[in-house]
Amino acid sequence: MPTNPLDSFIVVSLIKIAIVFAVLMTTLAYLQWVERKVIAHIQVRPGPYRVGPHGLLQPLADVIKLITKEDLVPPYVNTPLYLLAPALAIVMALLSISVIPFGPEINIAGHHTLMQLTDINFGVLFILAVSSMGVYGIALAGWSSNNKYALLGGLRSSAQMISYELPLSLAIAAPLLLSNTLSLHDLVQSQQGGFWHWNLIRGGQIVSFVIFLIAAFAETNRVPFDLPEAENELVAGFHTEYSSMKFASFFMAEYANMITVSCMAVLLFLGGWWAPWPAKYGSSFVPVVIFAAAGVIALYHGAHPARKLDKYTLSAFGVIFLIIAAVFLLPMVQQWLLPLFWFCAKVGIILFAFIWIRGTLPRFRYDQLMAFTWKGLFPVAMLNLLVTGFLVALNS
Amino acid sequence: MDVILFLIFALIAVVCGINVVLQTHPISSAVSLIGVMGSLAILYLLLGAEFIAAAQVIVYAGAVMVLFIFVIMLLNAGVEAKRGKSFMAQLLGIPLLVSFLALMAWFVQRMYPSATSVKFGEFQGGTAHDIGKALFTTYLLPFEITSILILIAILGAIVLARKEMD
Repeated sequence: MPTNPLDSFIVVSLIKIAIVFAVLMTTLAYLQWVERKVIAHIQVRPGPYRVGPHGLLQPLADVIKLITKEDLVPPYVNTPLYLLAPALAIVMALLSISVIPFGPEINIAGHHTLMQLTDINFGVLFILAVSSMGVYGIALAGWSSNNKYALLGGLRSSAQMISYELPLSLAIAAPLLLSNTLSLHDLVQSQQGGFWHWNLIRGGQIVSFVIFLIAAFAETNRVPFDLPEAENELVAGFHTEYSSMKFASFFMAEYANMITVSCMAVLLFLGGWWAPWPAKYGSSFVPVVIFAAAGVIALYHGAHPARKLDKYTLSAFGVIFLIIAAVFLLPMVQQWLLPLFWFCAKVGIILFAFIWIRGTLPRFRYDQLMAFTWKGLFPVAMLNLLVTGFLVALNS
Repeated sequence: MDVILFLIFALIAVVCGINVVLQTHPISSAVSLIGVMGSLAILYLLLGAEFIAAAQVIVYAGAVMVLFIFVIMLLNAGVEAKRGKSFMAQLLGIPLLVSFLALMAWFVQRMYPSATSVKFGEFQGGTAHDIGKALFTTYLLPFEITSILILIAILGAIVLARKEMD
């Protein structure tokens, strides 16, 4: 039966959307478990421990709790905007994932396809546009709740997000000058071949990388820039009046935005899915070594007589890690598994930094926050862009 | 496919545009205006002007409208008071509107008698590369003059808004 190219495109796209959506939702749920665990260990306490082994089923319990809670719409709110705001926040947060490339073009069962939902040739601008629409979710939530704390949170967040979008865009522009493209796929392709080709090292873009990370923390309303929801001043900020799934959508939007900016940092500065050094020097054995070591350590601790509770769970995880290590050795899956591993590893490191900083830094004061971006970050980002542009012009 | 998408987003743009005028609360009007800007961006995208579409969302729907909403929230503007329409507006409003639209249609028909309908995706040259090239070669002088104009506007705003220093 001859197949229509449009039909097969639609089928492949639907499969990819289903996979990305399922993985993203699971990551969102477990990112929150990771955050609670890491912060707990920073504060020398065990964190979630009751639901499942080491609290591993806690995200599931949270989801069930949030779904079954009463969905309350307080009186005196502006109902249409009150209902629109969380939907806007979550839609805009999930939309930007659609242009993120997770790996190169691959070949599965005769189909050539990109490990990306869609490769549009203005992908960077698309992400900027979508993230600039995301601020409405928070601003409208704060206003429509008819609550002074929520209003203050919404106002703070819109002012903060407008201000930090400037250094963010300028920091993004510098690596774009080096790679000379707006497509995220081509951007990563231009950084092929070892960490010395990454935009971070090749163009000396360390300044714009740091500016990008700082502005990204502010854009996602994370500590130390979480003034829109500063709980000791504003109850819970813009989402004070929200409950049940509407609260959950703000929560998921925040984590989805965190994942998006981490992906952007990896794509723009850290070489996307490319390994830190070429495969001929043995970079394809790194995941095998890491997973095998993790498996052996888990088995060792599982066999330890003092660990009575973890005897079965740790051994099971040890065996799973060893199986994953063996899978990485199979040649037919290596072409898509290795890029995926490096991409996830880099994104994971940046996400860990997000959590780490939340556990260690205090919150800014509001006037400091504004002075910092307008008098500090913005001029430095401008200067960095000028110098980069000058150097690119000299070299071309 | 293109025509269906065009009709959907053109309809959204028109409905949001009417809603801007009909809503009594400034925030609702502003949200409708965002809808107009967003659907216009998608119409640009359908025509093949992808850079303009992205710039439309980033600048108009993103930055400008956020400032509008920010100011409305900050001033806490209330619901617009509705006054009764005047006798003349009730009597002549709809006939005048219809005759104005008819006149517009007639002028467009007279000025471009042989115009064919737009083909979607036919326009090439909407990429960032093409626009950058055009701005810095063909349209360099207008581009620079516009930037100076904007600089003067910024300076004027600062002069008008700053507090008197003694």
